[in-house]
Amino acid sequence: MNLLEKLDAAAAARKSLLPNGVGAFGIPIEEVYSATEARIGDRRVLLLGTNNYLGLTFAPECIRAAHEAIDKEGTGTTGSRMANGSYFGHRALEREFADFYQCSSGIVFTTGYQANLGTISGLVGPGDTVLIDGDSHASIYDGCVLSGADIIRFKHNDMVDMEKRLRRLGDRAETTLIIAEGIYSMLGDQAPLAEIVKLKNAYNCFLLLDEAHSLGVLGETGQGLVEKTGLLKEVDFITGTFSKSLCSIGGFCVSNHPQLEQLRYISHPYIFTASPSPATIASTRAALILLSKGSDLRKQLWSNSTQLYSQLKEAGYLLGPDPGPVIAAILDTPQQALQLWQSLLEHNIYVNLILPPAAPEGKSLVRCSVNAAHTPEQIKYVGDTFFKLYNMICPHPLTSSP
Amino acid sequence: MTESNYDEIMQLLCDRLSSLTNSDTQITPETNLISQLSIDSIKLLNLIMEIEDTFDVSIPINALTDIHTVRGLADLVHKIKSAS
Repeated sequence: MNLLEKLDAAAAARKSLLPNGVGAFGIPIEEVYSATEARIGDRRVLLLGTNNYLGLTFAPECIRAAHEAIDKEGTGTTGSRMANGSYFGHRALEREFADFYQCSSGIVFTTGYQANLGTISGLVGPGDTVLIDGDSHASIYDGCVLSGADIIRFKHNDMVDMEKRLRRLGDRAETTLIIAEGIYSMLGDQAPLAEIVKLKNAYNCFLLLDEAHSLGVLGETGQGLVEKTGLLKEVDFITGTFSKSLCSIGGFCVSNHPQLEQLRYISHPYIFTASPSPATIASTRAALILLSKGSDLRKQLWSNSTQLYSQLKEAGYLLGPDPGPVIAAILDTPQQALQLWQSLLEHNIYVNLILPPAAPEGKSLVRCSVNAAHTPEQIKYVGDTFFKLYNMICPHPLTSSP
Repeated sequence: MTESNYDEIMQLLCDRLSSLTNSDTQITPETNLISQLSIDSIKLLNLIMEIEDTFDVSIPINALTDIHTVRGLADLVHKIKSAS
């Protein structure tokens, strides 16, 4: 099979799952009206397939900051920070992220994906070990592969399984980086951080926590799981993204280890890419202020999230274990998931369709992400529609278990 | 590690792969994991966790890059087990 035939085989496999030209992946969005509504085809739809947790995509403060940055500094930096230099905004945002997490150092990356790629591949290398959760995001897997370190997986959120694997490492535990996520992106559940920290200390290794989906969502000031659990000082490295609660694009790593700064000179995903544009940095800085002061937004987000989680549970759907802004209905088959996704779209609701192997354990998911800008009426409509569709989609009780 | 241990590893792999693939393909040491069994990456990674537990070893998943056949996988497990 030549290179192109391999792609043809992949296309055929996709077509068998998505008949009739259904474009569930990368669906064209014609117009965006607000943080909660857009036009897909000729439908005005409710957006529940974004990660816009605080609903800040149209925050006037962020839009104004981005406009001013474009006017003053232009549309792009046209190169890497290593070669072209660091703008004031890049350095300011790094300082603000470090301060936000009460850390000594912070580095900004061009995307969230690169934040994990660059941090992991900079911290560990051949001869070291990374111990990662089985449900880790692709950016974590790819960062580990790029690093050349030995990659060991533990069962998702299973601390007995994790300790077993740590024990087997013996002396190598001291050069091991454990990686977990504040909120896992597919099922919306949270890492058992207290137990992870306990094991990390017992085996004397390092811990990186990716707060991509928990930044802005958990904790009084929105730091994430580290704040909710009071374990900020126990985590060696925190990574995250600007593309969810902060509504732009980019990523970061913060740490109290001064050695983090060395990543600027060894991490290819940091060095060999153009730096974030002035508008991106400016809107992120404005959004970080709103996020840290956004306890009202978080209150609304959690009210919306618990309302929808309850409605879907009462309707009979199997859901991830923890209520939260990521709510995934777990279906038995890809066909069921596709049918539910299509039916929701016909009711003017856009959610995410997640099919194997993207979903954990070969599951098929219809994934909603709730945000603070959704009104209680919008959430109720979504819950009612899921309820109405249940018997059509699930004539028999679902058998999957989270 | 002895020859019988190697046979034990090979037998375990054949048994587990057979139950994972639900295919009629006769699994032999030369069976290709991808082109013949169509085993997806997640199933393979989960199988590695099972093997780690069965033989109480650490098998880095990046070591799988060069593994194509059942024999290649058995050789890898055998090598790691022998060194532990």
